[in-house]
Formats: sequence, structure tokens, C-alpha cells
Amino acid sequence: MLRRIRRPISPSAKREERIFYLFILPWLIGLVVFSIGPVFGMLGLSFTDWRISLDDLQFIGLDNYAKLFSDPIFWTSVGNTLYIVVGRVVFGVSFALLLAILLNQKVPGIAFFRAVYYLPTVTAGVAVALVWIWIFNPRLGILNYTLKQIGIQGPDWIFSKTWVKPSLIIMSMFSVGPIMIILLAGLQGVPKELYESAEIDGAGRWAKFRNVTLPMLSPVLFFVIIISVVSSFQNFTEIRVMTEGGPGESSNVLIWYLWENAFIFLQLGIAAAVAWIMFVILMVLTGIQFRVGRRWVYYEVDS
Amino acid sequence: MTARKRKDGVAWRQSKEGRRVIGYVLTFALLIPLGIAFILPFFVMLSTALKPLNQVFAFPPRLIPETLQWENFADGWYGYGYVNFTTCTWNSLKITINNIIGNLVSCTLAAYAFARLKARGKNFFFAIVLATMLLPNEALVVPQYILFNKLGWLDTHLPLMVPPWFGWAFFIFLLRQFFLTIPEELVDAAKIDGAGHARILLQIFIPLSKPALATLAIFAFIGNWNNFFGPLLYLRTPDVQTLPVCLVQYQGAYGNTEWHLMMAVATIAVIPVLLIFIFGQRYFVEGIATSGVKR
Repeated sequence: MLRRIRRPISPSAKREERIFYLFILPWLIGLVVFSIGPVFGMLGLSFTDWRISLDDLQFIGLDNYAKLFSDPIFWTSVGNTLYIVVGRVVFGVSFALLLAILLNQKVPGIAFFRAVYYLPTVTAGVAVALVWIWIFNPRLGILNYTLKQIGIQGPDWIFSKTWVKPSLIIMSMFSVGPIMIILLAGLQGVPKELYESAEIDGAGRWAKFRNVTLPMLSPVLFFVIIISVVSSFQNFTEIRVMTEGGPGESSNVLIWYLWENAFIFLQLGIAAAVAWIMFVILMVLTGIQFRVGRRWVYYEVDS
Repeated sequence: MTARKRKDGVAWRQSKEGRRVIGYVLTFALLIPLGIAFILPFFVMLSTALKPLNQVFAFPPRLIPETLQWENFADGWYGYGYVNFTTCTWNSLKITINNIIGNLVSCTLAAYAFARLKARGKNFFFAIVLATMLLPNEALVVPQYILFNKLGWLDTHLPLMVPPWFGWAFFIFLLRQFFLTIPEELVDAAKIDGAGHARILLQIFIPLSKPALATLAIFAFIGNWNNFFGPLLYLRTPDVQTLPVCLVQYQGAYGNTEWHLMMAVATIAVIPVLLIFIFGQRYFVEGIATSGVKR
């Protein structure tokens, strides 16, 4: 057996190490107190019958999980979350890619358009969610009015069980700013020589997009998909301001289910179980981003 | 030569100049309508903010109000008994500024350590930075709530203002990427002059990283100004509320929402973010691009 030999460290290296830990100390404390501690606390609490007081907790094993898995509303919220995640990935990411390609054209005034396209993202919040209630108003809203002008009878949008999720996806397409910019930077990073040699081979626009742009863009595209999945789990503001999970349960997503259980029904043990499930999903996604992503994504061979 | 080609449409379309012109036209044919669509929500907000209430519900909806009722802004601001927008705005501003400073200080230190210092265990801790980078705070909110409850911090600004002083993985990552681009020779020269790490950080890294720090400051401003989840969770009494929560209270204040006043206040709430975005746009765009590509 080989023994691991620790190289002796010089005093100056030791000092550097101390400074390293001193500098990361605030972050480290924050990590333990605000992230790791809560994560394990949450796991522990998800095995208790905790409602309001923490004083007389009963250990009830997996009961919360059993209750959760037998609650049809939980499964509805899982389904709704999945619906919105898929919608945001398919439509949001392709829309962002279209915008990035447009913004990558060499035409005058492009910086102005870039700013305009990014604008709804920075202002995404309560104020703009309130405006969207108004835009989606079936009778008086600008959306259905416009549709009527071209002869289409618009649906009830956020007031309809079938249309509320598509409405939220449409609204989220207005704040694809970050992924649009990341994709734009990705497009600008594709080496020009590749396009030139493709042109020499007689490739048209589509062939160039299919065989040069997409493969070169795949790592960025993958990253962007992961971010949009993660951000789909955070869409609390819109739900709280615009739908409160309704109509019925048709826009009840996991984060809303968590909120309702924790702070409205005061079923904190169950909320902790939901939070723990969400945490695991997000960690798995991050893991996929860092591991699997590397495998099927195209990387330029260097060195 | 060109003139003759131009008569022949097909040839012109295939010529270099022809393709460029067609490309321009197609690009603008998409760019402009999309631009209008992106502006539309603001326009609806502003135009509603300027209408009298009876025109808000008029059909067909008018994008440009017949008369501009500027007093909506003042009425909205002072209009609701228990919703005090002056207090809310002040609270939002206080929390936002504190959080920007806290984030910049704590993240700069950690980013410098990860970019430039050698230590055992560094890779392990950096892996944790990467792993927690994408983790949204929403997933941790239940236990954090208990923690702040135990500390007696509920209904104060502390749950919102203290954590930013303890770093944020995403910012640490962004800043570290930037710090890595600062040439090693500068650091070596400073070391020969006898500078310690604190001085290297203060006199070399921070001055050279102004664009990156500006980016983070803008990110932090927008994130904190728009933050709704945290204040909604931790704050109860009207005196400590922030702007987004005030806006929502407007919505349910009485059975019938006074849309024109609410939109007026919403417009006011959005203005600081718009200004920051317009003036900091360059930094903003570069910062986001860095997060996705140079990894």
C-alpha cells in the first residue's frame, strides 16, 4: 500500500492558506448558517409533525412524505411545474435563440434593440406582473382586443383553466433577457474560420446553422436550458400576484404548493418535505449540468 | 455592370449587395415588431397610469389616453390610508443599498481567495461554490424562516439585510472569473515591493475590476429592488414593508382595484430600475455574457 505523503509546507505557504480561509470565512459562515444548516434542518423537520411550535415535535418518520404522495393536489402541482418547465425550455429557449440570432446581425442600431429586448427582464417583478393581469384581461385587455382586430376570438388567458399555464409561459418569454445575452455571447464566440470553410464547401444558411452554429453553441445551449429549468421553479411572484394557483389548481406549481402549506395551511412538516424534494431536484439538475453536460456537448479540442 | 444586374431581379438577389439589402430588410422586419412587443407592457402601464378610472375600463381600450391625468401619480402615492409609499420606498432603498455593499465586500474577498490564493481544500470549497451557484433561495426558505424566527428577526429588515454580507456563490463565481484575467506579473511586482494580500486586493484588483464590480452592483440593485418573496415572508407591519409588497397591498386594498392609481405607483417603482439599466447597460450585458460562456 502506498501511503499518502504530505509535502511539508513552507511558512509563507501556511500564511497564504490562513489568508485564504480568512477571506472565504464570511461566505463559509453564510454557507453553513443560511444554506447547509437549513438544508439539514429541513430534512429533519420533514420527519416531524411540526405545525407551528417547535417545542413538542413528534417524530413521525415518512408520514409527511406518504401524505404528500397521496395528495392529488401535490401531483397536480408537480404536473403544472413540469408543464411550465417544458414550455419555458421549448418556447423560451428557442425564442431566446431567435432573438440572439437577430441581435447578432450586423445592422445599424443593434445595441438599441438589444437594450429594448432586455428591458422587460430587469423590470420583471410585482409592478409588471400587475400590468400583465391587465394585458390578459379577456374583455378589456389589449391582447384580446388586438386578436379581435385580426378576427381571432381570444381565450380567457389567466382566467381559464386551460390557458393559464400557456399565459404564464408567454409572459415568461418576455423576460428571457439573460439567456438571450448568454446565447448571443455564445454566437459571437463561434470562430469565423468555421463559417468561412463551410462556405467554401458550399453550405447555405441552414446548413451553416445546422452544422456549425448549433454544435458550437451546444455547451451554451445546455447551460441555458439548465438555467431556465431552475428559474421555472422560482416563478413565485407571477403566481402570487396574478393567479394564486388558480383558477382551481390549474396554476398551482411546486413553489406555490410549498408556500400555501408553510404559510397559509401552517403544515410546516409537509412544506419541509416539499422543500426537500425541490432541493434534491435542483441539486440533481446542477449535477447534470456539470457532469452529463460535458459528455454530449461539443467542446473544442484544445491543447 | 451592376445596373444591368439590377434589372435582372434574380441575379441582383444573388449578388453580394442584393443579399445584404435583403438581409437588412428581413432583419428589421423582425427586429422592429419584436421591439414594439417588448415595450408594450410599459406602454400599457404608463398609459393606464395617466387615465381617469372610467377610461381604464373603456372599450375599445385606448393605448393613448384622451386626457392625461398627471395627478394620478400624486394620488396613488398618498392615496391609501395604511399603505405609505414614502416609507416603502425608503425601506426598499435602504435594504437595496446595504445589500449591494454587503455583497460586494464579502464576494470580493472570497473571489480573490479563489482566484489568487493557494490553499489545501480550495478545490473542494470551489466545488461547493459551483454546486450552490444555481440553487435558488426559495428552496431553503422554510428552515431559514425558523432560523430568523428563533433569532427574533421577524418583522425587521435583518433577515433581508444580514445574509448579503455572507457572500453569494453566483457573484463569487463571476468575480473570480474576472480576477483570473488580471495579469500575474502585476501581482508579482507588487509582492516584490512588499505588498500583502490586502494591499494587492485594494490597490490592484479592485481598481482594475471596476467594470465587473459595477456589473455586480447593478445585478444586486435590480434583484433586491424587485425582491418580493423575502419581504412578503418576513415582514408584517406596514412600517417595514418594501415597495413590491406595498404594490400588492394596493391590489387587494378594497374589493375594486383602482387600476389607474396602482399603475401610477407601479410606474414610479419601475423608474429606478429603468434608469440603472439604461446607464449601466454596457456592464450588465458583459457581465451576463461572462456567466455563461467563459467557464
